[in-house]
Amino acid sequence: MARVWVFGDDISTDGIIAGRYLALFEVEHDPRELAKHAMESVDPTFAAKVRKGDVIIAGKNFGCGSSREEAPIALKAACISAIVAESFARIFYRNSVNQGLPTLTCPGVRRGFKSGDKAKIDLGKGIVRNATTGKIFKVDPLPDFILAILRAGGLIPYLKRIGKSSKTIFR
Amino acid sequence: MGMTIAEKILAKASGKKQVAPGEIVEAKIDAAMIHDLTGPLTVNTFHRMGASKVWDPGKIVIIFDHQVPANSIDAAQNHMVLREFAAKQRIPNFYDVFEGICHQVLPEKGFALPGRLIVGADSHTCTYGAFGCFATGIGATDMAAVFATGKLWFRVPESMKLIIRGKLHMRVMSKDLILQIIGDIGADGATYRSVEFIGPGIQNLSMDGRMTLCNMAVEMGAKSGIVPADRVTKRYLAKRTKRPIKPVKGDPDATYVESRTYELSRLEPQVACPHRVDNVKSVREVEGVEIDQAFLGSCTNGRMGDLKAAARILKGKHISKRVRMIVAPASREIYMNALESGLIKIFVKAGALVEAPCCAACMGGHVGFLGPGEVCISSSNRNFRGRQGSPKSRVYLASSATVAASAVKGIITDPRDM
Ligand code: SF4
Repeated sequence: MARVWVFGDDISTDGIIAGRYLALFEVEHDPRELAKHAMESVDPTFAAKVRKGDVIIAGKNFGCGSSREEAPIALKAACISAIVAESFARIFYRNSVNQGLPTLTCPGVRRGFKSGDKAKIDLGKGIVRNATTGKIFKVDPLPDFILAILRAGGLIPYLKRIGKSSKTIFR
Repeated sequence: MGMTIAEKILAKASGKKQVAPGEIVEAKIDAAMIHDLTGPLTVNTFHRMGASKVWDPGKIVIIFDHQVPANSIDAAQNHMVLREFAAKQRIPNFYDVFEGICHQVLPEKGFALPGRLIVGADSHTCTYGAFGCFATGIGATDMAAVFATGKLWFRVPESMKLIIRGKLHMRVMSKDLILQIIGDIGADGATYRSVEFIGPGIQNLSMDGRMTLCNMAVEMGAKSGIVPADRVTKRYLAKRTKRPIKPVKGDPDATYVESRTYELSRLEPQVACPHRVDNVKSVREVEGVEIDQAFLGSCTNGRMGDLKAAARILKGKHISKRVRMIVAPASREIYMNALESGLIKIFVKAGALVEAPCCAACMGGHVGFLGPGEVCISSSNRNFRGRQGSPKSRVYLASSATVAASAVKGIITDPRDM
């Protein structure tokens, strides 16, 4: 079962990964370098304490700001298994799917969790359960095409798997 | 059923007569931009996709603006990757260092035209909407797909309209308007929407001012900000393109999910206080806050109108001893104009540092970092914690006039008092 990190509203992509770490990543292409600085200005202890499979529960407008795809890359490399937020910024949401990082929109979810709680998330059914308190949230499940991209691990591996160009996704 | 401007542009680009909000369309892209910070990941992803040739070299723009000249070996290497890519793919519209900020240079070079569908690997791509096009920011993977196929899927956004009336008073700028709007509707108040700025007041705003409005549409979550093209637009574009200008207008019976009206003459100078763009107060409310740095520049407010407004305040004065002021014109063209019209001299005489045209202190990855506890008044668009340096620094966003007035006094100052 996944351990939970709770964050507030408007967590920006600058907060998720600061601009000054991007140039090195572009050269080295080592996502672990980004993971070391993930959430640095939001919670400086995050990178050291995050464990494989942890889940982020957040308020409104998660991932607002820059279009940097390094934001979901950093969180995925930090072994975050899913982000459930009251709402997401548009570009971050799409980048996350393309990177194979599950994101689920779930109004009211932030109040239902405390950091350290345990969560169980079913993306295909749209169920978020706080295993510590028993509270259950139900939302629209992710559509099949997004689930397929996530299962493949992102858009590129997905396209490779189906062997077609992006335009066939919605047909 | 009538359509909004966004719906009309997306319908045309996807070869449909009619589209409705929520619908997913696959649309043809008219122009695609990457810069030195988002470009390398795009190129890398393009190659990982197994693609070898871009769909149309003439529709791609590559520009260096975030870390120019290279401020680290990593940045230099990234520039090398993109130079090589541009040469190999024969991309004619490649702008190396010193041309300026992407969102200023694309309009100057005539890429932002009414009715076009433009994507950029940068969130402030929405700036081009000032020219009546639909322009939006995308990530590196989506951009790689565009490079390979020339197409991208879009969810047709709901549209909202902001009706602008009246005229701005002296020393009140369109930055004050957009800050007020974002303060009212919130940092996620327009999420996924296309925002249309219309009404008689828009005609009183220059292209510079309109670009400021559309630039910050993303700060309320919008997918695009659009100003319908008019005479002002045509005049700006006349020297910059030979293509016919065909303005797109929303239908009178189009559906808008929300509508608000703003009266320019009632506006006062505004600031967005740390660390949220929607934490907006009037300058009067925060007057007196001591500042360490003043930044005049960025794709929000580094244009000629901004430099002029600041120079009028700085002329014959010296900035406060406690303050360092950084001025970065948004493009080479603006830099030249500022040089020839004597503005640069005014800035340097006043004690400011004038940078080459680039993003400069805006993104906290190049020059002008803030130390712990320092305060900056900035004409840029984001004051997120840690954006311009230390997570313990604080950034206030304001108009170029407020930035200049505050630099002189050393404290946040209402420019109308100068
Ligand atoms: S000036 Fe700032 S907001 Fe504009 S493109 Fe550069 S870094 Fe981004």
